[in-house]
Amino acid sequence: MADEVFFSMRDIDKDYIMGGEAVHVLKKITLSIEEGEYLSVLGPSGSGKSTLMNIIGCLDTPTAGQYILRGREVEDMDETELARLRSREIGFIFQNSQLLPRLTALKNVELPLIYAGVSPRERRRRAEAMLERVGLEDRMDHLPTQLSGGQQQRVAVARALVGNPALLLADEPTGALDQKTGAQIMALFQELSDEGRTIIMITHDMNIAARARRIVRIIDGVISEGGSAQDA
Amino acid sequence: MLKKIRSTFVMLRECVVMSLDNIRGNKVRSFLTLLGIMIGVTAVIALITTVSGVSGSISSSFSSMGAGTLTVSVSGSDLKSGMTSEDLAEVSALDSVSGIVPSVSLNGRVSYGKTIETNVTVSGKNAYYFIMNEDLVVQGRPLNFIDDENNTYVCVISREMVDTFFFGVNPIGQTLYISGLEFTVVGRYEEDTGGGVAAAFNGSPDIIIPYTTAMKINNSAEVNNFTVYLKEGVDSETAATEIENLMDRQFDYEDDCFTVTSMSSVEDTMQTMMDMMSSLLAGIASIALVVGGIGIMNMMLTTVTERTVEIGLKKALGAIPWQIQIQFLIESFMLSMIGGLLGVLAGLILSAILCNVLGTSFVLNTGAIILGVGFSAAVGIIFGWVPARKASRLNPIDALRAV
Repeated sequence: MADEVFFSMRDIDKDYIMGGEAVHVLKKITLSIEEGEYLSVLGPSGSGKSTLMNIIGCLDTPTAGQYILRGREVEDMDETELARLRSREIGFIFQNSQLLPRLTALKNVELPLIYAGVSPRERRRRAEAMLERVGLEDRMDHLPTQLSGGQQQRVAVARALVGNPALLLADEPTGALDQKTGAQIMALFQELSDEGRTIIMITHDMNIAARARRIVRIIDGVISEGGSAQDA
Repeated sequence: MLKKIRSTFVMLRECVVMSLDNIRGNKVRSFLTLLGIMIGVTAVIALITTVSGVSGSISSSFSSMGAGTLTVSVSGSDLKSGMTSEDLAEVSALDSVSGIVPSVSLNGRVSYGKTIETNVTVSGKNAYYFIMNEDLVVQGRPLNFIDDENNTYVCVISREMVDTFFFGVNPIGQTLYISGLEFTVVGRYEEDTGGGVAAAFNGSPDIIIPYTTAMKINNSAEVNNFTVYLKEGVDSETAATEIENLMDRQFDYEDDCFTVTSMSSVEDTMQTMMDMMSSLLAGIASIALVVGGIGIMNMMLTTVTERTVEIGLKKALGAIPWQIQIQFLIESFMLSMIGGLLGVLAGLILSAILCNVLGTSFVLNTGAIILGVGFSAAVGIIFGWVPARKASRLNPIDALRAV
């Protein structure tokens, strides 16, 4: 497996001001991951795991510390630069799929490519290929409301992958699904990981986290290496 | 570079498609919002087109009667109270002048037999007046040069005078007493030939006699009012300057001895008034446009709030702030433009109806259309700016959290 460093974080702090009081959400987080790794971040709600995901996903910048993603310093970037970085490097999957209700499955998958400036024909070709990849070739023109929860989440996976990002960042991807469809999504993640895609999954569910090759735990903003699934 | 332009274009096109989708998605709300712009543009177009139609018909009636003439009125100086025959001959001899018609008024008592009329407007004119208005005399003969030269006691009378003095009698050859002097009626004229506006402006006389005779009766050797007929194709402003220069010399460069009025200057004044009126009305109507713009701003702000999640998601998927801003700007622009175009349509229909009712001709005023469309485009961008900026500044984390 490739052992090139995908990103490294050192002494990341994140503070929020809430009601005039500074809240330390993340405390001295140090974490690095290699290309092709499949990592779970396990933590209860309020542990700071979402904030960590936002920082990994370049949606937010740390208050202090150093974050280098694929050789680029992230902490000083402005919003436009962060957006460009997200568009190229990161595919997001959210808890409740977050599809735009008025767009068809195909159009939803095309969305990231619009902002990347891909031509309509190429966009369509890549979106169709990606929907086939997640097994939804016969649901392309359906609206999100006409799809089941599992199908919606697969559309979200296709959307996350269509820009061919290096990192797939999933926040509770099975949180809104029943056990069976959740398992299907997890199987899809396993396939993607086997293909060599770097995946980070944020979850509070030990069983889900156990699917990853590596687990880190986060409690009260402090991170601890949780070893491999076998250890857990 | 080329690739960047291309991808921007692709994105803009996508924004237009998405905007139309969103406008369609909220049909009732979108329609109510663009109604404000539509009413504003309708008002602007209808007012401008109708006013320009009215002013067009007024100015055409002005130019039909006043084209190629100048009116000169002389107040005179202490040393010289009016124009002598020699002065008039000099004006008449100018290159741009075709001829002049003096107008000497005589407020007289007129009688025939037992019928006595006071306050009859008697005006002394020359033969040239009847040459220039050849259809004026409908019975008998007009005044001629012999009458002018010999200051004969003949008169041409209006139909009204015929009815007053010679009801049921052929007036030609009859004798009238004007200021106690005996005049022979030689012709009858139809007074409204010059057109309503012209008659009101010139003050149509009841009886016309040779101006030389009138001067004699007034015991005066000078003329204080005359009309200059210009040669064809002569610019009235240039001719007016020429006449003013000549008369300045005749009056020894004394100030305020006379005024030369051209019909085109009256027309210009009229036009300026109409333009002022139309911009005033358009200004009032454009208040409706501003109100419409506020409506758009309100709807866009609501939309941004409603679509917080969508905005956050798009940002997470790699949309840069500028792309979000342009998307919302295009949406408000489209909303306003649809309203504007519907307004243009409604405005043209309304003004066609108004012009028809007012009896003026309907002229397609491209300026008003450009103004209406341009105004609504500007309103869309100006009032869309703040909501679009707000959308572009939303923090993607906060936006996604608002589920």
